[in-house]
Amino acid sequence: MQLEEKIRDDFRQQFPFLEGNITIARPRRISIKVAYANFREVLEFAMTREDLDHLCAITGVDSGENLCFIYHLSRENGLVLNLETCLPKEKPVLETVIPYFPDAEIYERELIDLFGAQVHGLPSGNRYPLTDDWPRGEYPLRKDWRPKQEEPGKEEFKNA
Amino acid sequence: MHDTHKFKIPVGPQHPSLKEPESFSVALRGEKILGIDIRLGYNHRGIEKACEERSYIQDLYLIERVCGICSHSHSTCFVQAVEEIAKVEVPQRALYIRTLIGELERIHSHFLWLGIAGHEIGFDTLLMYAWRDREIVMDLLAALSGNRVNYGINTIGGVRRDIKKEEIKEILKGMDTLEERTLYYIKIATEEVTMIKRLSGVGKLSKKEALRLGAVGPTARASGINRDVRKDDPYAAYAEVSFKVITDDHCDVYARAVVRLKELLESFSIIRQILEKMPEGPVAVKVPRKIPSGEAFSRYEAPRGEDVHYVKSNGSEMPERVKIRAPTLANVQAVKRMLEDRFLADLPIVVAAIDPCFSCTDRMVEIDQIDSGERRVLVWQELRDFSIEWHRKNGIDFSRLNKKLKLRK
Repeated sequence: MQLEEKIRDDFRQQFPFLEGNITIARPRRISIKVAYANFREVLEFAMTREDLDHLCAITGVDSGENLCFIYHLSRENGLVLNLETCLPKEKPVLETVIPYFPDAEIYERELIDLFGAQVHGLPSGNRYPLTDDWPRGEYPLRKDWRPKQEEPGKEEFKNA
Repeated sequence: MHDTHKFKIPVGPQHPSLKEPESFSVALRGEKILGIDIRLGYNHRGIEKACEERSYIQDLYLIERVCGICSHSHSTCFVQAVEEIAKVEVPQRALYIRTLIGELERIHSHFLWLGIAGHEIGFDTLLMYAWRDREIVMDLLAALSGNRVNYGINTIGGVRRDIKKEEIKEILKGMDTLEERTLYYIKIATEEVTMIKRLSGVGKLSKKEALRLGAVGPTARASGINRDVRKDDPYAAYAEVSFKVITDDHCDVYARAVVRLKELLESFSIIRQILEKMPEGPVAVKVPRKIPSGEAFSRYEAPRGEDVHYVKSNGSEMPERVKIRAPTLANVQAVKRMLEDRFLADLPIVVAAIDPCFSCTDRMVEIDQIDSGERRVLVWQELRDFSIEWHRKNGIDFSRLNKKLKLRK
């Protein structure tokens, strides 16, 4: 656990406000919860000072009042940092992390389509993964979203 | 003045023979690719949402169907996360069996890729040979699990089937034959001038760019990045076996072929070690249907690279959230860079060289001459034929090699 503890202590020292929000779940897994106001400086520190230079994925989670976003960062030796930040559901506005991780684009587009997050600073491009004619304001991975009972084509199928 | 040599070519998304569509919009000047725009999502099936409305055990079977090739990769990645949350101690024998099936899956996937790569460059004898040999591992998987794909081996707390002594003999026999064949393919890939010329320098991705764009698996390792989840973040029984992480510094399609071929040799060695060291004992423990609250992030080295699953539980029988990021999503972003400033004739093999999981690389191509409004339609086969013919004119011709190898057998 030496590396995990060293990284935890580095974060604590650099960002005293993270006290109590850093956990080591098991060897090679560290989780940090951070307010969005401090998110970027923590992310930058993780990437530039702790060599967490690979973005595995970004997970969106609907926790009721908030939408939470977990940035899974990894480095050599198999260590993963789950960096979680939450925003109110009414205004889930994120800044893109493309300047740090160019591959974040597709993961951020997924947050837009499936959770209704707004990501500022994304270059123009195709949506992902929903269809171009997907109805506005429908975010399938939000907890209150349910697939429609009557699916298109169902009637025709019945009559076939 | 209009530049009449500028074209925009949409590649995809639909074709009757496809199982996984996607779309590339390729901007060309003459035969040079200026840029490429990728549209994914045609195969989005809402599996993550569906998981939230089903029990963990139902999810296991659903998740196994995320991919038809690396089904065991996804089911293992998911089950590991659930077991971590539930603090389940999985029996050692079960971990060995998971590793065994995982490596057999890697072998069938790499042989599949080798055949496709051969086909895309006009080396169809290699396709025939590789897919014939692949049947050995497919038969083994069918004998062990009852299925050629979607093996249904995993369950929460272990595996569903044990390995019998007579099956071990068959596996070892199969590995010997496949190792002999792989050594032959390595010899062809590294000594045959036509193959070296066709693949070298194509689809370049420097180490720096591969790191920057988050490439994973053989695509990253062929750009000199020494990363492999089996080694870095060991799961199942990988901490108990010795193997090398294969890397190559050529950073091109040639390197991607060499890395996959050499990885096959490591897989044979891992399987032999697994079968030798496999401990006796139970293959599963009972796990309550309700999983306590918690979260876990699981990683797995699938044949195409790092597969990641995040699972959050709420104490009930159904997960709160399941997130899946398959390796192709990480690698597809590097394809843009590999193709920039390359020739159109290299598109089929460069796309195939990341071993994409969304694609059977068989689709329709529509050529739209930007200024004149002239349109014509090509199918993927024609694009492939164009590619082979273009390289033939440039001195890379597999027909003699195809003939020679067919005559030898």
